[in-house]
Amino acid sequence: MSKIIVMTSGKGGVGKTTSSAAFATGLALRGFKTVVIDFDVGLRNLDLVMGCERRVVFDFINVINGEAKLNQALIKDKRIENLYILPTSQTRDKDALTREGVEKVLNELSKDFDYILCDSPAGIERGALMSLYFADHAIIVTNPEVSSVRDSDRILGVLNSRSRRAEQGLEPVTQQLLLTRYDPERVEKGEMLKVDDVLEILAIPLLGVIPESQAVLRASNVGMPVILDEVSNAGLAYSDAVGRFLGEDIEHRFVTPQKKGLFSRLLRRSA
Amino acid sequence: MSIFNFFRATPRASAVQAKERLQIVMAHERAGRSGPDYLPMLQQELLAVIAKYVNIDENKVEVKLDRGGDCSTLEVNIELPAREQAKAAAAAKATEKPAGNDVGAAKRPAGGAVGNGGAKKRI
Repeated sequence: MSKIIVMTSGKGGVGKTTSSAAFATGLALRGFKTVVIDFDVGLRNLDLVMGCERRVVFDFINVINGEAKLNQALIKDKRIENLYILPTSQTRDKDALTREGVEKVLNELSKDFDYILCDSPAGIERGALMSLYFADHAIIVTNPEVSSVRDSDRILGVLNSRSRRAEQGLEPVTQQLLLTRYDPERVEKGEMLKVDDVLEILAIPLLGVIPESQAVLRASNVGMPVILDEVSNAGLAYSDAVGRFLGEDIEHRFVTPQKKGLFSRLLRRSA
Repeated sequence: MSIFNFFRATPRASAVQAKERLQIVMAHERAGRSGPDYLPMLQQELLAVIAKYVNIDENKVEVKLDRGGDCSTLEVNIELPAREQAKAAAAAKATEKPAGNDVGAAKRPAGGAVGNGGAKKRI
């Protein structure tokens, strides 16, 4: 029986798709058979971030409508064993996502996969609701910024009231915070919310802190999940977060400013 | 700054790759926006035609697409069942896998034409 994870945030542009791609890749790298599903019907982008946009033939909506078989729509990642992508439709809208249709596809996937990762669209409309409804675990992607924190709180409320687990009175969906685009230098200057501030407000456990990193844009440029950039801080931070998700005890890195040598200080001043 | 850049070996900047990838994927999307999603229908009709002559298993149909800048390839693989006699023989010899006659492979350019002024035939 597979575990269903939703990557959600309420707010757009905080890094859900980047995090979904990285997290799914991280789970597959650790040997778990993983599929990542794009729920952003009409505005698909997971395929671009994963670098498989040229290979999309059929999609999630085709499978829901019975126009294609699930194994025809699944795209096998070319780099990583055990990793599959289920892209969504670029031409239809969110009404194509029916609860019965989503449930059918998830049931079929759960026969085969260890983890099913649902990449939620922004907002709290149908696509977002469908992506979180069947979840066992929720990863709340948040930026250290006021509107993102407020929207995350809103989506936590939705998880606690409108998920399948909530509606059926089952054990609640586990919720963990993934704080992205964190800039320790600005935090030190008092220009950005601290990790502890966000934790105090949202009151959910911390899964990871992903530092603001140029590697994220570079990775999406070339269609590679950033976790595969093993020399970047962001890649390492995602790898740590995956470890923690699987129950490993890993200390948080990149939460304080990195000490700079004299040389890099001089260079920075001259630049 | 420019001196540093001059000596730095840049194989292919990631921004260049980003632009190329976007141009390809968006040319296809813009071209396909007007018409209906033809692939599911194409598949159904192809299968209907083939099913007139041979029994095929819907789960053994593989459709692959590779969208390129100048030319795209659509590949349809249909695994045909072994003939009745062969099937019986295979059933008797449980070790031998019934030969999936992989005859259905067909390549043809798809899409590409609209955004890029004429598709090259690769066949």
